[in-house]
Amino acid sequence: MATIEAPAQKKPPPTTHGDKDTRQQGKLARILLTPTMLVLLIVIGYPILAGTYQSLFSQSQGVDESGFVVQGDQFVGLDNYTAIFTGAAGERFWNAFYNTTYFTVVTVTLEVILGIAMALIMNRAFRAKGIIRASILIPWAIPTVVSALLWRWIFDANGIANDLLGTQVLWSTDGAQAQWAIIIADVWKTSPFIGLLVLAGLQVIPAEVYEAAKVDGASALRQFWSITLPLVKPALLVAVLFRILDGLRMFDLPFVLVGQGKPSVETVSILAFLENSNVRFGAAAAYAVLLFLYIVVVAYAFVRLLGADLIGDAKQKTPKPAGGRRRLRTVAKGDMP
Amino acid sequence: MRRRSTALGAMTAIAALVLTACGGGGGGGGGTAGTALEGTGPITLVQGKDVSGFVQGILDEWNAAHPDETVTLIELPESADAQRQQMIQNAQAQSNAFDVLVVDNVWTAEFAANRYIVELPEDQFPVDDMLPPVIDSARYLDKLYAVPNSSDGGMLYYRTDLLEAAGITAPPTTWAELGEQCAAIQATPQGAGVACYAGQFEKYEGLTVNFAEVVNGAGGVITEDDGTPNVNTPEARAGLDFLVNGFASGEIPAEAITYKEEEGRRAFMEGRLIFQRQWPYQYSLANATDGSSSVAGNFAVAPLPGLDGPGVSSLGGHALGISTFSQNKATALEFIKFYTTLENSQKYLELASQAPIYTSIYDDPALQTEFPYLPVLKESILTAVPRPKVVRYGDATLAIQDAAYGALTGEMTSEEALTQLQTQLEALTTN
Repeated sequence: MATIEAPAQKKPPPTTHGDKDTRQQGKLARILLTPTMLVLLIVIGYPILAGTYQSLFSQSQGVDESGFVVQGDQFVGLDNYTAIFTGAAGERFWNAFYNTTYFTVVTVTLEVILGIAMALIMNRAFRAKGIIRASILIPWAIPTVVSALLWRWIFDANGIANDLLGTQVLWSTDGAQAQWAIIIADVWKTSPFIGLLVLAGLQVIPAEVYEAAKVDGASALRQFWSITLPLVKPALLVAVLFRILDGLRMFDLPFVLVGQGKPSVETVSILAFLENSNVRFGAAAAYAVLLFLYIVVVAYAFVRLLGADLIGDAKQKTPKPAGGRRRLRTVAKGDMP
Repeated sequence: MRRRSTALGAMTAIAALVLTACGGGGGGGGGTAGTALEGTGPITLVQGKDVSGFVQGILDEWNAAHPDETVTLIELPESADAQRQQMIQNAQAQSNAFDVLVVDNVWTAEFAANRYIVELPEDQFPVDDMLPPVIDSARYLDKLYAVPNSSDGGMLYYRTDLLEAAGITAPPTTWAELGEQCAAIQATPQGAGVACYAGQFEKYEGLTVNFAEVVNGAGGVITEDDGTPNVNTPEARAGLDFLVNGFASGEIPAEAITYKEEEGRRAFMEGRLIFQRQWPYQYSLANATDGSSSVAGNFAVAPLPGLDGPGVSSLGGHALGISTFSQNKATALEFIKFYTTLENSQKYLELASQAPIYTSIYDDPALQTEFPYLPVLKESILTAVPRPKVVRYGDATLAIQDAAYGALTGEMTSEEALTQLQTQLEALTTN
């Protein structure tokens, strides 16, 4: 190294060189990402803004003397939102809000347990692995609406479920049994999704870790608790977050399996849908915006509290020395004459 | 700090990805589209699924004769709610994509009041040859807004073999008789264990139909002729109590609370019901001799029973209206005339078992041989009461379903249900 004499002392030090490179790379990245960002802005940003804007208006439904509905939207500010929280509509909203949350918590909990179990089974090397994997994934491959119809047949008054139970439970009426019908159907359908993501996490755990644990005499349970779970956690958290987001906007399963207007299974999405089909777009948009905010808050809290590595620049729990590049930069800055 | 905002931004984006923001179309600017029936050119016909292929046949015939004014079929989803929603969205967007709309007769008031469809010249249609309730269901405030292309009415299906075994000669005309006949039939070996009566009691539009029928069948009304709700009456309660007591006594099987048309049809075709309120479409299916029906040839139809005599059916059916935002209304009008002729109504019956709209078809002996239920159906439609003509029908039907379902499942008494319904309907019709 000493033999290589830098011919031009005036040249900026290589670190700055690198810095310029990064800057240029950053510029290039920005240029390359612009189309994506624009598309996202159009297909996501605009609908959110349009929906929020719509939620500030109300569609009149009064009839004038000649029997025609008075046309046009009126600007009502936050009235659509206050209406949601008052009177009978308020009760209905809080009931739907509770259902939405209850379904999400119960289904995601059950799905995590089942999903991990499925992943552990799929991760085992044995002969029928391919068949087992495929069969576990089938429920996930079926569209929700189709599986809702499927379960409606199963939960029919004279369906298979009642045959097996030997009683006649009227699953699709209103009440706790309807809630359980939905929970069962949802768990059946989406546990494989968690299983799949956890399986991906499991497959990158090196076998040596387990061998070392065996040598140390760790029991299977201990291995699972101290090795598998911590190492699979990032994948699991992503799966759980996705399921939470899915659960909070649940619509098709209760709507098809049990039907509309059943208080025990009404979710916020269904309320928005019903308002929309009765031409009250403002009120529907208000419900949708509220649900959107709820999902944002839950998702954000989830990321902050559990540190799900979604964004790629993983938060490091233990403050290690910062990454090389950043240190270089500080050094470079410090060295600047 | 910056990282946190990135995280928030990304979270927002992801949350947005999984959430469909439903921004409705901006409200109608109102009444700018012409109501004059002018303009010729290609048009579209918008309806649910053309299951039988009958509609395509009509279109082919028309298109061959009018090459410059072709009609294209736009098929919407099967569910009536979804159809209504797409038609409304099209009107809200003031789009000229839809020209002729096939509307369910319960939407007529809503579509007319919102100016989604235009008034039609009544003198250009043979309205006098049609069954009065059918053409009436296409009017709003005494003006014609659509022309019926099919009708529908409820009938009482009953098991002739079981009635015979119990020595009963005629089907019941009152609810009390129905109960007595059931008891007699269930006492015979053939009728043991067969449930008495069912209709459509799941919480959906069918429950509104069944509720309206029992209320009307006891002499009550949901709304008066001028649209004022008047459902909190002793008559209405007597009607609702027929169903409530039926569930309580087991006369109506507990599982009937989950019945829509198809669940009920399965029960009837498996021989699990003695009496059933059902639409005409079940007739040919239940008579199928391919083994799918165990009651083929062993049932007949009668008018629905009521409290003190024959009951009242709700009126089903569809009609053709012209979208306010259509640019070729003259063509649309001509096409509707062509579609709703007597010949086509008869073809519709033969090809798709749709109840016709013309009186003469019901009285045709040849057709009566082919479709034995025609006289009963005619009776059913002639005495039928349209469902409430409420502009906010979507809200009204939900309110009716809430009350009726609450009463049938025993969550509230009939009295509470009707009081609640009256309050809700008043709120819907007075703003």
